Amino acid sequence: MTGWLHHLIITPILLPLLASALMLAFDERRRVLKRWLSLIASALLIANAAALLWFTSDAGNAGTDSPHVYLLGNWAAPFGIVLVVDRLSATMLLLANVLGFTSLFYALARWDRSGPRFHALFLLLLMGVNGAFLTGDIFNLFVFFEVLLAASYGLILHGAGTERTSASLHYITINIAASLLFLIGVALIYSVTGTLNMADLATRVARTDPSDIALLEAGAAILGVAFLVKAGVWPLSFWLPRTYAAAAPPVAALFAIMTKVGVYVILRLSFLLFGEASGDVAGFANDGLLYGGLATMTFGVIGILSARQLTRVAGHYVLVSSGTLLAGLGIGGQPLIAALLFYLVSSTLAISALYLIIEPVERNADEDDMIEGIAEPVFDDEYVGAIEEEEDETGVVIPGTIAILGGGFIFCALLLAGLPPLSGFIAKFAIIDALLRAGGVGPMNWTLIGLIIVSGLATMIVMTRAGIDLLWTPGEDAPSRLSLVEVAPIALLLAVCLALMLWAGPVMAYLEATSAALHDPAGYLSAVAGAPPAGNAQP
Amino acid sequence: MEILLSLAIGVLTASGLWLLFRPRTFQVILGLSLLSYAVNLFIVAAGRLRSDAPPIIGKDPASADPALYADPLPQALVLTAIVISFATTALLLVVLLASRGLTGTDHVDGEDGEA
Repeated sequence: MTGWLHHLIITPILLPLLASALMLAFDERRRVLKRWLSLIASALLIANAAALLWFTSDAGNAGTDSPHVYLLGNWAAPFGIVLVVDRLSATMLLLANVLGFTSLFYALARWDRSGPRFHALFLLLLMGVNGAFLTGDIFNLFVFFEVLLAASYGLILHGAGTERTSASLHYITINIAASLLFLIGVALIYSVTGTLNMADLATRVARTDPSDIALLEAGAAILGVAFLVKAGVWPLSFWLPRTYAAAAPPVAALFAIMTKVGVYVILRLSFLLFGEASGDVAGFANDGLLYGGLATMTFGVIGILSARQLTRVAGHYVLVSSGTLLAGLGIGGQPLIAALLFYLVSSTLAISALYLIIEPVERNADEDDMIEGIAEPVFDDEYVGAIEEEEDETGVVIPGTIAILGGGFIFCALLLAGLPPLSGFIAKFAIIDALLRAGGVGPMNWTLIGLIIVSGLATMIVMTRAGIDLLWTPGEDAPSRLSLVEVAPIALLLAVCLALMLWAGPVMAYLEATSAALHDPAGYLSAVAGAPPAGNAQP
Repeated sequence: MEILLSLAIGVLTASGLWLLFRPRTFQVILGLSLLSYAVNLFIVAAGRLRSDAPPIIGKDPASADPALYADPLPQALVLTAIVISFATTALLLVVLLASRGLTGTDHVDGEDGEA
């Protein structure tokens, strides 16, 4: 990456920032303008992320496998803040921006009208997420976390209502508390190592004075708790299903990436700071991640089985997904991490699609809760309930509404449960395969395999139950209206999952290289340390 | 000075935590504010305590010995943290008022346990 292409690293942050700043200049009546502005911005973000993905892949890199570094303010590496894009960041960026685009598209159906400044907040959230994936500095990571959290507070409240307000009160409080923990962790790590640059930290952690190791580990543990709150690890996750259920559907669909931001940071820092080369502190907290992940999965499975609303099912599935990732991370191993990354991409897309499809499905069953967005109990009265109270709808009836919704719903269910032939199955198969291939399959590997299979079964049972109750029980009245704007983003997300299945080979190869780069951070470290300031001769 | 500072951080954290676990939203906000003060002091302490040492190095090359100066980085971090926690607290206050208006109670769960 040379010349102006180099600035592609910072545009995922600048573009949404400028677009949302521009949007504030227009009042709410210029809705069409705002819609186009935000749609174009988020489409450009996808293109940008895809370009970064290309430049970090073998093909775009001409074989040299090194991350690209962007020096902010042109300060040399440990002194200034750096942005780093490597395979992992590029993958996460593309995933986040695909979710951003589809959720935004879906919101055009009507959700962006239920409160002010939806588009500006939405783009700021994307900016925070993109920044968190790109930054190579712990404190800068804190700042981007705050940007994305502040925007998410606004989005949770979008549409107002009692349920949203009181859910957001809890959400905001727990996130402020987690941010304070983040700061304490950063301060402790800084006091021990004297640096905030992640690459610089990685080299200094290995040389920590033995008397300071306890302090360093305490700092890292406190920092880790802050990210685990975001990732929704049991017992720090009780806020999550309720908050996500209360949020407007497009907001919840985008929030599917937020727990993955926590997982991403843990992945990044645990390999950089506590990888195999870190001497005394290597492998720190891996057991904690494993047990925390297993507990989260168990809690999530029980939650899925006991949930009475589909939005709660999705919320608990978010927990299962985080738990699987963290438990796998605790076990570790290069093929397993690659499989987990595949699972991360596939499950995030599927959860996002599920959040989007829930609303039309439930609207179809019960028109009453259309405006509130707060779902009625799904399993109120098995097989006969819910549909009976329906009113006569007026509106354009598109033939085959049920067929489209039902097809999408089955697709989502298969993806989430991990049944063949879709990408969810490939992901779970790869994880289980990696777990079995590891030399000396321990009891923890079996526990994780068992939980993965049980969670798939539980998802299947609940989705079948909900599908029969909401979709496949014939009702007397006509199906409700379904607009193309709502169907297209769901179709797009599912199409991405389909593409993941069809091109699983190349995707897996890219993710295996990602995993290899994570396990050998030397490339990352030398890229950051050796990044030449602009204006100097390029090596 | 070390004892004074650590006592201050300890007292602020303890009071902040106690308030954070109270059932009234206003107490929760006060608790979060106290906690953020404690954290800010803690960050300053992470840069080692120095008195009579400015954080900015002058242009005079003779005085460019880093040992004479306090670490400027934690001070910059504290400034950022103060601004951010101020903004989020203000936002939380608005949500508190909205919640009070919608539910008619200032209980954190939106309903009074005793009533």
